Amino acid sequence: MSGATGDPQWTNPLRDASDKRLPRIAGPCGLVIFGVTGDLSRKKLMPAIYDLANRGLLPPGFALTGFARRDWADQDFSQVVYDAVKQYARTPFRQNVWDRLAEGFRFVSGSFDDDDSFDRLEQTVRDLDRVRGTGGNHAFYLSIPPSAFPVVCKQLARSGLSAQDGDQWRRVVIEKPFGHDLKSARELNAIVNDVFPEDSVFRIDHYLGKETVQNVLAMRFANQLFEPIWNAHYIDQVQITMAEDIGLGGRAGYYDGIGAARDVIQNHLLQLLAFTAMEEPTSFSSNELRGEKIKVLNATKLVGPLDETTACGQYTGGWQGGELVRGLTEEEGFDPNSRTETYAAITCEIETRRWAGVPFYLRSGKRLGRRVTEIAVIFKRAPHLPFDATMTEELGQNAFVIRVQPDEGITMRFGSKVPGSQMEVRDVTMDFGYGTSFTEASPEAYERLILDVLLGEPSLFPVDEEVERSWEILDPVIERWASREDGPDRYPAGSWGPDSANAMLARTDRTWRRP
Amino acid sequence: MIVDLPSTTTSAVNKKLVRLREAGGVLALGRVLTLVIITDDGAAIEAAIEAANEASREHPCRVIVVARGHHEAAPRMDAQIRVGGDAGASDVIVLRGYGPLAVESASASMVMPLLLPDAPVVAWWPGEAPLVPSQDAVGQLAQRRITDALSAKNPLEAFEQRRTHHIAGDTDLVWTRLTSWRALLATALDAPPHEEVTAATVVGEEISPSTDLLAGWLAVRLGVTIERATAKTCHGLVSVRLERRSGPVELIRPDGKTGRLRQPGQPDRLVALARREVRDCLTEELRRLDPDEIYEAALGGVGQIVRADTPVAGPSLARS
Repeated sequence: MSGATGDPQWTNPLRDASDKRLPRIAGPCGLVIFGVTGDLSRKKLMPAIYDLANRGLLPPGFALTGFARRDWADQDFSQVVYDAVKQYARTPFRQNVWDRLAEGFRFVSGSFDDDDSFDRLEQTVRDLDRVRGTGGNHAFYLSIPPSAFPVVCKQLARSGLSAQDGDQWRRVVIEKPFGHDLKSARELNAIVNDVFPEDSVFRIDHYLGKETVQNVLAMRFANQLFEPIWNAHYIDQVQITMAEDIGLGGRAGYYDGIGAARDVIQNHLLQLLAFTAMEEPTSFSSNELRGEKIKVLNATKLVGPLDETTACGQYTGGWQGGELVRGLTEEEGFDPNSRTETYAAITCEIETRRWAGVPFYLRSGKRLGRRVTEIAVIFKRAPHLPFDATMTEELGQNAFVIRVQPDEGITMRFGSKVPGSQMEVRDVTMDFGYGTSFTEASPEAYERLILDVLLGEPSLFPVDEEVERSWEILDPVIERWASREDGPDRYPAGSWGPDSANAMLARTDRTWRRP
Repeated sequence: MIVDLPSTTTSAVNKKLVRLREAGGVLALGRVLTLVIITDDGAAIEAAIEAANEASREHPCRVIVVARGHHEAAPRMDAQIRVGGDAGASDVIVLRGYGPLAVESASASMVMPLLLPDAPVVAWWPGEAPLVPSQDAVGQLAQRRITDALSAKNPLEAFEQRRTHHIAGDTDLVWTRLTSWRALLATALDAPPHEEVTAATVVGEEISPSTDLLAGWLAVRLGVTIERATAKTCHGLVSVRLERRSGPVELIRPDGKTGRLRQPGQPDRLVALARREVRDCLTEELRRLDPDEIYEAALGGVGQIVRADTPVAGPSLARS
């Protein structure tokens, strides 16, 4: 089951399909993190590892090795992890759990192009097998800039770290961006697949680890309520939004030249689109899920002409939410003539019988009104209203909204009678929250994903085909925007995007939802 | 917010709940079940409510606490409603019955009007539980009945009662406390070599229903002789040893906090394995409301274990 081969006829007598309490603990293994001094490591990875240990899901003797250019000893690294865990962990701190986990921390100081550091890393990993009992199973988390992938992969191959040996697995975990267009994505996949077979590659799109996103499947397929109307007969449009209110100060190195479309639409939003639009799988095995996602992505096309169906923007400085903020070209590290877009909106259509004619609007931006990610399914108006026009003047369209963050849950909007002596109908919004405002109970996305890497469970990780297909969809838009003479349209920080975005929807008599 | 309603009726409580909901502007409630806690009035109530509030973060629910007051008082029902910050992700209603309302059958009549419509009901006795929970008036309202043999005055006797009177839907925290042990043992057997277990020994404190139950589970799953031995100096469940041809798999925990997993050809591995708190156990119990067949089988398996006559000295983590 958990990556163990051996006699295929053998079943574990202590496991039973009806023993639903038994959690899946990873088998003996270790994790090596490259780029361990970065923000992601500190705020997400290290706390997730502690939380997994606290929940009893990590194997006894689990080992965590950091690799970076710092001149640290094991204890210094341990202190760094301790600080990160104390500050960002989700579950309460237990000294006992910490002590056991900390016994498995190691640090290797080195740089990517230095053969000797990788040899030392290989030695450390072998020591861990001997002393901690990690069983020869190791995952390598590459939290590094994409430019470093080729050299790190080469080193992992050269030092023998990537060698799979019988029952022992070696896996690689990579974070987005997965290239910056189709061609570079294919090259990247080729580099990684040279060293690790595809089933040992785990690409992290952390949205897939979120409870709400997994709940889209439960909501759609476990209930009779929604699936019958989940199609073009009843749905008018779908708007998928990822908005942030923060700017890009200090992130020029990563963002300048990348832009909102590559940063978010290529991965998170197209994955959300796939979940919302896919056909029902016949089971929840990873093959089935993956098959359905690829099928729907294959049917997804951009709607043209791109000048009319897309919008790109860049925020300008001003007062936002009580704070004076700078425009993008004034941010530190950004080229004053930068044409990087911080707002991107595109229109897609899915050429299947279920979705023909329903536009999918995907938008993402920085320095927008507030931080929110949601999938809004907006229904057509009722074909005939027995009320006269004045009674329903205020009535809009029914909406079913999946709130991915910050306040996880579902919103339904429907018409209801306004209390009073007249029959007047207006929209009412009902919000259902998961665990209400206490999302402490739902595990963080990274906990789920790291555990799945260690268990070898591939469902929540996009495969190379999905990544390449997503680039295929997006490439024409990026090319078109790059060839614009004036660059992106400007929008004031704190608003909901440039006017061109509103015009984009107004052409089909629609408006953006204000989330 | 805490609202006290002394000397009241359930009808008044219901009206108050509706008014609080309207005043608080909370129009949509995502509740998954009603948890009924039956206990004697006193200090135990707050601990039980706190555990329930913690569990409600994962399972938003309505919590009804039935606190039995003095039997020799004039008949009266006091109620207290807690919502918002004082109630976790739930609403808590504490009902105190006095005189004739302090007996079992009256408790059910107090609880019935306050159950959430069309939602499962779970009953929990944090302290002493009735002899046959499924025949208790409140137990009959519930789909799942949670007891804790370890909190009874005589744990072994309580455990015997569970075994004798078990019915589908019953569960006990002595079983929930074993989940981490069972998961570690199952995971240890997942990896090669895939050999049969030929015998096993489970060691624990003399009075430890969890130890007996773990032995019972192993007896049923493995179909081999399971020996249950007593450790003189340790608390609770202490160690499990599974004999195999290539060598034993052992999980030992002499200090009650840290477990050591020992397998042939592998270095010893330590893991945090402290006794689970009630709140974690309760959260786990509320995750699944269908009957636990594995638990039922394990209870049956307790009859097959062999008890060792002489106590053993507790194992030490230091010795290898």
